[in-house]
Amino acid sequence: MSDLTYRIVVGLEIHVQLCTRTKMFCGCALSFGEEANSRVCPVCLGLPGALPVMNGQAVEYAILAAMALNCEIAEFTKWDRKGYYYPDLPKNYQISQYDLPLGGPGYIEIPLEGGKTKSIRIRRAHLEEDAGKNLHTAGAHSQVDLNRAGTPLLEIVTEPDLNSPEQVRALAVELQRIVRYLGVSEADMQKGHMRFEPNVNLVIERAGQQFKTPIAEVKNLNSFRALERSVAYEAQRQLDEFLETGKTMQMGNKSTRGWDDANEATVLQREKEEAHDYRYFPDPDLVPVTPTPEWLAAIRSRLCELPLQRQVRYVQEYALSDYDAGVLTADRSTADFFEQAVQAGGAAKRVCNLLTQVGLKLGNERGRDLPGLGLEAAGVADLAKMIDAGTISASAGNTILSAMVETGKKPDALAEELNLLQKSDAGELERILDKVLAENPAIVTQITSGDKKAQKARGFLLGQVMQKTKGQANPKVVSELLNKKLGG
Amino acid sequence: MSVHELTAIELRDAIAAKRITSVDATRAVLGRIERIDLIAGAYLSVFADRAIQAAEAVDRRIAAGKPVGPLAGVPVAVKDVMCTSFGTTTCGSRVLESFHAPYDATVVRRLLAADAVIVGKTNMDEFAMGSSTENSGLKRTVNPWDSSRVPGGSSGGSAAAVAARMCFAALGSDTGGSIRQPASFCGVVGLKPTYGRVSRYGLVAYGSSLDQIGPFGRTVADAALMLNVIAGHDPADSTSVSEDVAPVEDYLQKLTEPVEGLRIGVASGFNAGADPAVRQAIERAVQGYRDAGAQVVEVAMPHLDYAIAAYYVIATAEASSNLARYDGVHYGHRTPDPADYVEVYSKSREEALGKEVKRRIMLGTYALSSGYYDAYYLKALRVRNLIRGDFVRAFEQCDCLAMPVAPTTAFKLGENVDDPLKMYLSDIYTIAVNLAGIPGISVPCGFDEAGLPIGLQLIGPAFSEARLLRIARMHEARTDWHTKKPAVIEQGMA
Repeated sequence: MSDLTYRIVVGLEIHVQLCTRTKMFCGCALSFGEEANSRVCPVCLGLPGALPVMNGQAVEYAILAAMALNCEIAEFTKWDRKGYYYPDLPKNYQISQYDLPLGGPGYIEIPLEGGKTKSIRIRRAHLEEDAGKNLHTAGAHSQVDLNRAGTPLLEIVTEPDLNSPEQVRALAVELQRIVRYLGVSEADMQKGHMRFEPNVNLVIERAGQQFKTPIAEVKNLNSFRALERSVAYEAQRQLDEFLETGKTMQMGNKSTRGWDDANEATVLQREKEEAHDYRYFPDPDLVPVTPTPEWLAAIRSRLCELPLQRQVRYVQEYALSDYDAGVLTADRSTADFFEQAVQAGGAAKRVCNLLTQVGLKLGNERGRDLPGLGLEAAGVADLAKMIDAGTISASAGNTILSAMVETGKKPDALAEELNLLQKSDAGELERILDKVLAENPAIVTQITSGDKKAQKARGFLLGQVMQKTKGQANPKVVSELLNKKLGG
Repeated sequence: MSVHELTAIELRDAIAAKRITSVDATRAVLGRIERIDLIAGAYLSVFADRAIQAAEAVDRRIAAGKPVGPLAGVPVAVKDVMCTSFGTTTCGSRVLESFHAPYDATVVRRLLAADAVIVGKTNMDEFAMGSSTENSGLKRTVNPWDSSRVPGGSSGGSAAAVAARMCFAALGSDTGGSIRQPASFCGVVGLKPTYGRVSRYGLVAYGSSLDQIGPFGRTVADAALMLNVIAGHDPADSTSVSEDVAPVEDYLQKLTEPVEGLRIGVASGFNAGADPAVRQAIERAVQGYRDAGAQVVEVAMPHLDYAIAAYYVIATAEASSNLARYDGVHYGHRTPDPADYVEVYSKSREEALGKEVKRRIMLGTYALSSGYYDAYYLKALRVRNLIRGDFVRAFEQCDCLAMPVAPTTAFKLGENVDDPLKMYLSDIYTIAVNLAGIPGISVPCGFDEAGLPIGLQLIGPAFSEARLLRIARMHEARTDWHTKKPAVIEQGMA
């Protein structure tokens, strides 16, 4: 067994809920947590006689996302009915896109360890309507809530180009960043806005021979953690199974598994892929979509620099660490704010520190973005400048940023009000220093005689000055004065 | 003359002129329904109180000199396949026997906005699948001209109600001939408009790409008046046509003006399969046009023979999907004691759907199944395109085609129920029009030796309703077939 090597192969299907104002084919508002069946109408209830009308905003969002994923955009796309019976599907067919999806082949760049990136091919991206929800809470009968029925979903399918649980996670996180950047989805995992279905198997090399294990599809994962762990679990399980049974991939032996979060294990749902026949056919109630070049151009103009490009640029342009650049580019509003502050004259590293150490922390606590906290980029830039000019200390800067959020006041006013201005007036500091030197002749001697405790002695004298100025002396100025007087 | 003998337009004008009240007209119609409909079986539901209230409201507004709509005070009927927020919408099916729609179909809203008085909803073949109304799961409708015969279908209730003067006009729906064929069997005018001319919103779907709502009237003008009310773009129906593309016309305006330089097309040899009486009546009608100065041209329609085959693939494929929702989960009949959720589906459908509906669902399911899709559904779509092409080429040579509506007059109740294929083949003259999405109208053009009415079918290019109605009116103006009354009117239905 010692010569066995293997590679994990994963293709991912992702459903992203678009944040349109209304549902995919009717005027009902999108819903989360409302009273069951309170956001419904004849269309999304699938009542007899009701007809769907396409939501143009959903198509625009989907095309925008597909453009960001470098997909070919179809010149002609249409709606198909996918037929299957399930209680949460009121028409017993789902309006989806079959053979002519709006997004054709494309790719997405994902970040790897150490600032490198990898390109993962996208097979297709298409729009469809979500089903409702079966509720199994009320006694002997199940109930159905159709608030979610008709919610627009963008389904994205990747090629099997992912080769580790970490890459799978990275793609999911990157996709979340992208759709949030584009403003096409809130991508809130807690609300089920992103759902993942990895198709996993292994390519095993043993004794010069190659084996492929049967593919397992893990259904309906709705957290990054579950996604990553389920892929890791599957890899190990398939390796173990292969070593035990030698079973390899064949037609029809793809299985479907679920994720048991409590036990951190995948659970077999269906041994053999059922011969699904969805009886797809073009929905006669809807007309095909043929995007005009003008419309596509208008959508394309809303494309922006993608988060990963931005992250790489921050490392190169601003000499930020990959980590800091990642934090700043995690969402578009933060990155935009950061760049505005830099534009307004704040040093990049200083602005970065202020935002990552204080701004984003407060934002997270209050569930707001930086502008939502009442911060202005110009104010943060001023604050950064004050720190770099020595007007205030770095730690005073953090205090002032918190106070800016609390009070909405300008940084200079706050520095004064909170008594955080550093004394940099060389004349005044020299008088204080002279006094300290006069009071501590023994310490002065230690320094001038080049005693081995000289360094400690300098620190003591500095401390004395700080004490007399109640901590407001600019340590840099004091230190320079000390050098001048005693040699340094 | 009794009120019920007036045409819809005459009645409307009499009400507007305060010579008669809408309440009197409505009471007259309700009285006839009470007397006749026990036997005729045209109505599935009658809204007597509601209708009287609506009539009173119209009368009050007219008395007060307020403006009213184009159908003000006229009692009309609606096929029970269009949703109404009042009463039930059954589609003639036990699965929807107690279904109350929470909304009005667009055409119903338009009728109400035009101040029509909706007196009731009419019987039909279950989910509009049939040619005799015998497939209704709820009621039997008979032909007012002969109560041992079918009224035609699927809109048999609407046709019978208009013929028996139990309303002044009615709406039906036509997927493969379901307005024109019962109009022919019952001796009234029935128009299937161009696909997209009338909104389908609220029309319970059978074959979505073929279904179209249209009017029944006793005259061409009444049909035109009804079309004026229901035609137009509807943002709730993506397949309804924008008025930039095809503006709605006033179909009454030039109705009585003959069409200059009219060319009538006759499909060579295509009428050969019709009964001699039908053939003769059609030939006589065509001769009438010739006598009026029209040119008659022979046109080739090489693909019409494939229309029935294509239709029964496309319509049933769409139906198998459209009818999937009647599953007992959300509304409609649910089996009383299911073992599990799969049984909710299988038993609810088994118990409440009729034989013909099940047959078509199975046909359509098969046609869409993986491995058969190309051979059936896709091929049928290609045939459909060829048939469209036949019509396009024909209309380069003529303004409209004239042909029978059906190969026979009304057949006996029960005569064809055990022979579905024979029933399907009787749609030969009407089906191609739905496949091509173009308008067709049936106007009375004679009677057979048994005294049963025969309809002349006129077919025009897409959105040519105004011209088609004028051509139909030319025939009507030269003949008196439309003035004949079914025996029921004189004798009661006994």
